This record gives sequence, structure tokens and C-alpha cells, in this order.
Amino acid sequence: MAISTASAAPPTRSTQASAVARKRRPGRLQGSRWVAVGFAAPLVAYLIAFYAYPLVRSIDLSVHDYTVRAFVQGNAEFVGLKNYIDVITSPLFGEAIGNTAVFVVASLVFQYAIGLALAVFFRNNFRLSGVLRALFLVPWLLPLIVSGSTWAWMLNSDNGIVNSALQAFGIGQINWLTSPDTSMLAVVIANIWLGIPFNLVILYSGLQNIPTDVYEAASLDGAGAWRQFWSITFPLLRPVSAITLLLGLVYTLKVVDIIWIMTKGGPANSTTTLAIWSYREAFGTGQPDLSPAAAVGNILIIIALIFGFVYLRTQRRQELS
Amino acid sequence: MTARRPWWKTALGIVFTALMLFPVYWMVNVSFTKTQDLRLSPPHIFPFDATLDGYTDVLRQQLPNLGTSLIIGLGCVVLTVVIAAPAGYAIALLNLRGGRTLNFVLLVAQMIPGVVMAMGFYAIYVRLGLLNSIPGLILADSTIAVPFGVLLFTAFMSGLPRELLQAARMDGAGAWRTFTSVVLPLSRNSALTVALFAFLWAWSDFVFASTLARNSALKPVTLGIYAYIGNNTTQWNAIMATAVVASIPAAILLIVAQRYVAAGVTAGAVKD
Repeated sequence: MAISTASAAPPTRSTQASAVARKRRPGRLQGSRWVAVGFAAPLVAYLIAFYAYPLVRSIDLSVHDYTVRAFVQGNAEFVGLKNYIDVITSPLFGEAIGNTAVFVVASLVFQYAIGLALAVFFRNNFRLSGVLRALFLVPWLLPLIVSGSTWAWMLNSDNGIVNSALQAFGIGQINWLTSPDTSMLAVVIANIWLGIPFNLVILYSGLQNIPTDVYEAASLDGAGAWRQFWSITFPLLRPVSAITLLLGLVYTLKVVDIIWIMTKGGPANSTTTLAIWSYREAFGTGQPDLSPAAAVGNILIIIALIFGFVYLRTQRRQELS
Repeated sequence: MTARRPWWKTALGIVFTALMLFPVYWMVNVSFTKTQDLRLSPPHIFPFDATLDGYTDVLRQQLPNLGTSLIIGLGCVVLTVVIAAPAGYAIALLNLRGGRTLNFVLLVAQMIPGVVMAMGFYAIYVRLGLLNSIPGLILADSTIAVPFGVLLFTAFMSGLPRELLQAARMDGAGAWRTFTSVVLPLSRNSALTVALFAFLWAWSDFVFASTLARNSALKPVTLGIYAYIGNNTTQWNAIMATAVVASIPAAILLIVAQRYVAAGVTAGAVKD
């Protein structure tokens, strides 16, 4: 499958490669263990300094009561799990979990469905298909602040193009970003738009790995396009679909930029996901309140890692089969 | 597959692409709109009466920010390639013990939410005095690209023909020599892909910039746009003009390195 040759390839291929190398390699290079370590050392040092250490610091933040003064003086009080308990018992917790679930599920379903439909559409090359497919990548490459502010202006209540287009159909003004009823819909629409390219590219490369003679046999048997999709494309694409959705899930869980730029989590917390909540506590106001923010963030990490491990297991299973 | 290449598919494809790219078109359209026309209802669909006012504002106000973003982007490229290429070499070709574990760590590292990383960096930078500094942002932004870079280099380098490395060894080249004169030149395309993405992600970064450089005199352009939105909600032509300018690296990337972009998406399957 495309994904296992691409994203999953590093572990398998390199281990296969090194197994081969081990057999062929003359004794002289056996002593090169340390050479290998030397080449990897900068990365290991980097990971410790710029991944592990910040993570340790964020755990440290979450079990202390860091006020701004305590930050400067470095004598924050140790409070154990109090921040976590405060967060979980806060009325916002359930709301944030609900918003996160709605945001993630709605985004994924539509990104995937539209991405798959487009991938099938682009499966057989036609004139200009390469160019058009490349153009579909544009939303994915734009800085999020650019897409976010463009969508915010398009969805502006009074002067947005979306409302004025709807008006032509007799639909009255919708306060996309300023009404709690539609704000989630607005950020989900923008996020679907952002995620379509990723789904299209991955699913398209998955489609390329389905042998064409399967389709030829099916059409000889008189299966139409619709039938072919449901009995060939969709089932054979299942492994790639699983990977795409799981990876999309992990990435969508941690989205901050697009929501923050469009609504800042509002109005009335209607678009406050866990990531947004954490960001707002920490940096949304003048006074950083890092301890509860870190507690929310660490809860988010746990959720992301659970799905992350499901993803890695799925990927490994596919490699083995 | 039929030899026929139906035109209707091309036509339909163009319609889909146009729909998809409408927001991008709208950004460009608004950037050319006169301030007094911004609140017209219905808005001009095409900038008949175009103005460059938005762009002169960009030049006047955002030029230093663009420069800052450029420096941060280039710094990230150098840091990412310098760390990722040798690590990929070690994992793919030097039989590194624990290479599998390292790969696993890199996959997990990509799943950590940026907001948590930002908090950790904030707490560290407060003490080190790295807040609101360019080196601080380069270091933080590079964490988006380094795991991707290592995975991409590893995938590519493990596909290199072993005979070449064997030959280099026969000629008496050590691991370093082999790396610099055989492996690196052959990995030019991967290095280019990694560099392009490292630049683009650093250039586009909002979370680290808005947390670690909030009060910086030297703001990256993403913060420039953000401050713009916050300060004057009437000048949407200037905001969109800045957005257009901020999209230039993405456009260059797409034109110059189109095939590497799709490869990058599938290879690492990552984006923050």
C-alpha cells in the first residue's frame, strides 16, 4: 500500500536494509558502532533538549502553582494533581471535550469523504489532471494565518462574500463567527477546506496501488462505476483509509491556529476545544496562567497519544500482512 | 484504462479546482479593493477598479516582519538539515543500534500538540532570556520539521544502492567521507524537500510566534498579520495584501518543487 511504502517505510526498510548490510559487511566496519552513534548524536541531543525537556517542563508546570511572580523567583508551590482536578471538575471541561469531539469528527468525515471522491475523480489521468491536482495542494501550503483571516473575512456577517452569495438565494444574514449557533460550523468548514489536500494526496496514492486489471475484470463482469467503487475501491483502500483517518485525527486534535484566528474559541466558548482552552489560559490573556493550561495540555497529549498508538499499531499490522 | 481522454472530465476538474481555490482568489481580489468599496453589498467579484493601496501598506509596515520571517525560515532550514541528514544516514546506512526506537520516538514526537511544546519552551526561555528573540524562534520552529526530516532522509537513504557504498569503502573512504561525498550528493532531492518544508513551516508558524515572541520588536509576518487583524478591522485590503505576500513562499514551492510537495505529504504524512 502506498502508505506503508511511504510513511511506514522508514522502520521496515531500514531494518531490512541493515539486516542485509550486516550479512555483507566485512569485519572492518563492525567497529563502526560508535561512528553510527556519532552521526545520530546531534539528533539525540536535540530531541532531549528541545522535545523531552520542554515536555518535562510542561509536566512540572502542571503540578505547581506558577504565578507570574513565582516564575521570576522560581519558587512555585507544589500542588500535586490539584490543577488536573480543577480542570476536570470545571464546567468548561465537558464543553471543551464535546467541542473537540464535534470539531474533530465533523472535520474528518467531510475531509475524508470529499478527499476520497476527488481521489477517485483524479484516478484516471485526463488532460490537465496533474496540474489541477497540484493546485489542490494550495490550501495545505498556505500559512494558517492567511487561510484563517481569509475565511474570517469571507464569513464576515455584514460584508462577507458568503452571506452576500446566500442573500442571492433569499437566505438572510447569518452571523457565522459571532453567533454561538454557527461558530463551530464556520471553523469546521474552514478546517475541512484545509484538510482536503492531505486526504486527496494520500488517498490518491493509495488508489494508484490498486491494480487496474481488478477494475477491468469487474467491468467485464458488467459492474458499473458505482458498484466498482463499493466492491473494489472502498474495500481495497481500507488500510490506507484507516491510516489517513487516524493521522488526521491526531493532527486535528491539536489544532489551535485556525480556530484561534477565526473565533478565539468564542463566542461563549462555543468553539473552545481542549487545545484552544489550553492556549487561551496560557497565552490568550495578558497574564500567562501556565499551570492550568499545562494541565489541559497534558490531558490533550494523553488523548493524542492514545490515538497515536492505535495509528502506529494499525500501521505495523499492515506492514506485517 | 481507456485511451480516450474525455474533455468533460477536464472541464469538471477545472470547476472543482476553481471552487476549491475560491478563497485564495477572494484573498487576492480583496487585496486590490479600495477601502471605500470593501463594505459594498454585493461586493465586487472582480477588482475592476483595482488599487495598490493595500500593497503600499505592506511595504510600509510589514517589510521588517517579512525579513524576520525570512531569517527564521533560513535558520530553520540549516538547523533541520544539519541535524536530520546525519541522523538519517546513521539510521539507514550505519546500522545504528536503537535506530528502530529512534524512529518510533520521532513518530510519537510529531503527535505532541504544539501548544504544549510552546508552554514548555516559554517556561525554559523565561529563564534563559530567549523570549522575543530570533534564535529562540528558530529553535522552537525547527521542532516542527526535524522529525519529518529524519524520517524522510532515512526512507530515501535506505533505498540507496549498497554497491556504491561498498565501492566507496573499497576506495578507503571512512564513514564521514562516504557521507559527504557519496550519500549527501545522492540525497540532494530529499535535502531539497526537507529544506522546502522546514522553510515553509517556520515561515507559516503562528503558535510559537504568538507565544514566544509576543512582545518582540522583530515580529515574524504571521504575527504582523495577526496584529493587523486585532488593530484595524477596516483595512481588510491591507490585511489581505499582507496575506498574499505571506503566501509567496507557498506559491514558489508549488511552482518550483511541485513533485516534491506531493512526495513530502505522503512520505512523512505530517503537518503540524
